Amino acid sequence: MTEKIILIGYGGQGMMLLGRLMARATMLDGKQVTFFPSYGTEVRGGAACYHLIVSTEEIYSPVVEEADTIIAMNQPSYLKLKNYLKPSSLLFLNSSLVKEAESLREITTYRIPATEMANKLGNVVASNMVMMGAYNTIKNLVPLPLFLECLQSSLRGRKAPLLEVNTLALLQGEEYVKKTYLKGERILKTSAV
Amino acid sequence: MQALYSAPETLIRTPSHYCPGCGHGIAHRLLAEIIDEWGIRGKTIGLAPVGCSVLAYNYLDIDMCEAAHGRPPAIATGIKRVHPDNIVFTYQGDGDLAAIGMAEIVHAASRAENITVIFINNAIYGMTNGQLAPTTLLNQRTTTTPEGRDPLAHGYPIRICELLATLEGTSFLARTSLSSPKNVSQTKEALKKGFKTQIEKKGFSLIEVLSPCPVYWRMSPVESLKFIEEEMTQTFPLGVFKDWEKAISAPGGQATKV
Amino acid sequence: MKSSNNKKHLLTGNEAAAEAAILAGCRHYYGYPITPQNELINHMAIRMPQVGGTFLQAESEIAAIYMAYGGAAAGARVMTSSSGPGISLMQEGISYLAGSELPCVIVNVQRGGPGLGDISPSQADYFQAVKGGGHGDYHNIVLAPASAQEIADLVYDAFDLADRYRNPVMLLGDAQLGQMMEPVEFRKTPRTHQTVKRWALTGAEGRARNIVKSFYPVKGELETFNIRLQRKYRAIEHEEVRYEEVNTQGAEIILVAYGTCARICKEAIRRASGTGLQIGLLRPITLWPFPKEPLRRLAKKARAFCVVEMSAGQMVEDVRLAVLDRCPVHFYGRMGGGVPSSREVLKKVLNILAPEGTLELEIPEIPTELGKGLYFSTIP
Repeated sequence: MTEKIILIGYGGQGMMLLGRLMARATMLDGKQVTFFPSYGTEVRGGAACYHLIVSTEEIYSPVVEEADTIIAMNQPSYLKLKNYLKPSSLLFLNSSLVKEAESLREITTYRIPATEMANKLGNVVASNMVMMGAYNTIKNLVPLPLFLECLQSSLRGRKAPLLEVNTLALLQGEEYVKKTYLKGERILKTSAV
Repeated sequence: MQALYSAPETLIRTPSHYCPGCGHGIAHRLLAEIIDEWGIRGKTIGLAPVGCSVLAYNYLDIDMCEAAHGRPPAIATGIKRVHPDNIVFTYQGDGDLAAIGMAEIVHAASRAENITVIFINNAIYGMTNGQLAPTTLLNQRTTTTPEGRDPLAHGYPIRICELLATLEGTSFLARTSLSSPKNVSQTKEALKKGFKTQIEKKGFSLIEVLSPCPVYWRMSPVESLKFIEEEMTQTFPLGVFKDWEKAISAPGGQATKV
Repeated sequence: MKSSNNKKHLLTGNEAAAEAAILAGCRHYYGYPITPQNELINHMAIRMPQVGGTFLQAESEIAAIYMAYGGAAAGARVMTSSSGPGISLMQEGISYLAGSELPCVIVNVQRGGPGLGDISPSQADYFQAVKGGGHGDYHNIVLAPASAQEIADLVYDAFDLADRYRNPVMLLGDAQLGQMMEPVEFRKTPRTHQTVKRWALTGAEGRARNIVKSFYPVKGELETFNIRLQRKYRAIEHEEVRYEEVNTQGAEIILVAYGTCARICKEAIRRASGTGLQIGLLRPITLWPFPKEPLRRLAKKARAFCVVEMSAGQMVEDVRLAVLDRCPVHFYGRMGGGVPSSREVLKKVLNILAPEGTLELEIPEIPTELGKGLYFSTIP
């Protein structure tokens, strides 16, 4: 099993944190993992891009050339996506901010209004957790108990009160994708939540 | 018959490479005397610079380290952080300290690095045959200012004690000279004060010593001593600029006569 | 949760280097901020006070290397780190370290050059690291890790090598390795006690004085010293060569790459598996001493070598020197802006093996032309 993920969004949309939490949780689950920010000519116009690879085998190139999954948080990052797509790619778009997306043939696309949902929960920064909830419901890559453990340990001290809204955002992302795309047919177990 | 004076044991008996009338030999002897008198040979680590005193370790029987040009304060920092209870001093000339090593000396001083700096100011580059130094006096002739130092072309002399006195990190700053027996003995007192500053962990100390270079000043040794007293001290007044014991602090201002 | 996973830390390569240095008993770190090694200096600023060590942000890389020089002369295990421009500033000090035979570990997290270049991964400081860099006849021992784990392992070893040979050791990483997070396990024994260094400056209490220097002005002394230094280098070449071989048995073409590029090459080998293409890899782990003998051995059987670097071609010169004319040595390099892709490497391999392009269609899952977005099409 190898899952190659591109996380892409504005600085401040929490892609760095999300990627790190996914990396840490899958590492604790015994997987090989690489995670790094991509700088330079690739990333211009307000998009910060992160490459995350999770595998049961040794990871050679840490650079994602063709992504299994892309999580895109804003319009400029959407425009960068095409670089990483292949026929079986899954695309998770934050539809609150990605308004002008064409339909891509052969690409399964999930549109989640993550920013609006996080805003309703009272914390726009939690949009990353909405996307995580949606993503993991489809891919089931990260064991949620481990993910929540990592989330909790990264939200210590004065950030501790944020745990609740982040957990809620995660659940709502899951709910949304089930309701909109799975229509109750494929409910995945998330007993820990 | 009672011996009134003998050469200090820390001073190695070997032919000197310094030119006749040079001040380095006197400064070395003063250091060796203090090390003997205070019994600190086993605790002292010295740093020789690049310049005429590059071979200072040939004369002082203590642990010593050679330094690249201008870097003694950085190296001394590295040594002192490993051995905070040892006495670490740098011995630097004006080119080493005030030209190529200006960043290192200013930052060591601003960090209040607990080291002692002996700054030999002879207003010239001796080792490389007498070029302009940052402390060369106005109108002074050197091989690279053959018509004399012109401030419009070559800038003005830098006064290190006055400059460092503006930094809160300095604890003892004094300028002395080797131009007379009285001044030599005042230099020794200032050096002692520098070491005392360090031993009592009071922070950064620097003693600037005006020193003769008769060969590249193109003077006799006697003339060169007169030059220090009559010319050099006009630009570089003697005195104490900072003294943690006497609460003397003259940031950028006048020295207090010792 | 498996217990072994609990010992793993998700760290950037830069953090792994810092942590491994502490594990190896380094308690004196001097540095100056420069991207892409900032995680290292930041980590040291937190950790050194915790372990009773010295962290000092120097006023320049020049000061940093000489503070490290001072610490080394005083007998401590010391480290400094930087990237391209800062490492250039340190070259004088590195020459002095070599000339004074002082042990010191220097980390270069390579970025693009020349000049200010950029902050993306690069391997263009190879010549500087391996061929000297500063003035005079000297060598750094140069270690080239390819993962955060290997950074941790090699930094630890670097301190032992530096002490054993009284020589500067440079860890040559790059922006990719420095900033990428990977699981790291610290498996080696923590060192707290330093080995006694009789030559070190401690104050000459009850012994003859020690002098640390590289100045030999008396006629004949310098050459005698240099002969001794060269003997030491020959011993290092004899004892300390490290490399990894992948798939070299029966390989038609041998890729040669270190660090990040070696991982890209492994990816290319994996992608080509099942296609009938026989591709191997030799990954130097020590860049100096360079694994010349294994290359010579492989040159007897392989059809060609292909060196892959993020440079205009630096290590390729050492490969050519090693194999001489026994085997053609090709080169593929990128010079800033990012890491080469495994596709690019495979395309180069195909060009070498079948310049007319007949082999191209035999490789599955690999696009027949370069460039990205090949699988992307829009529904009108």
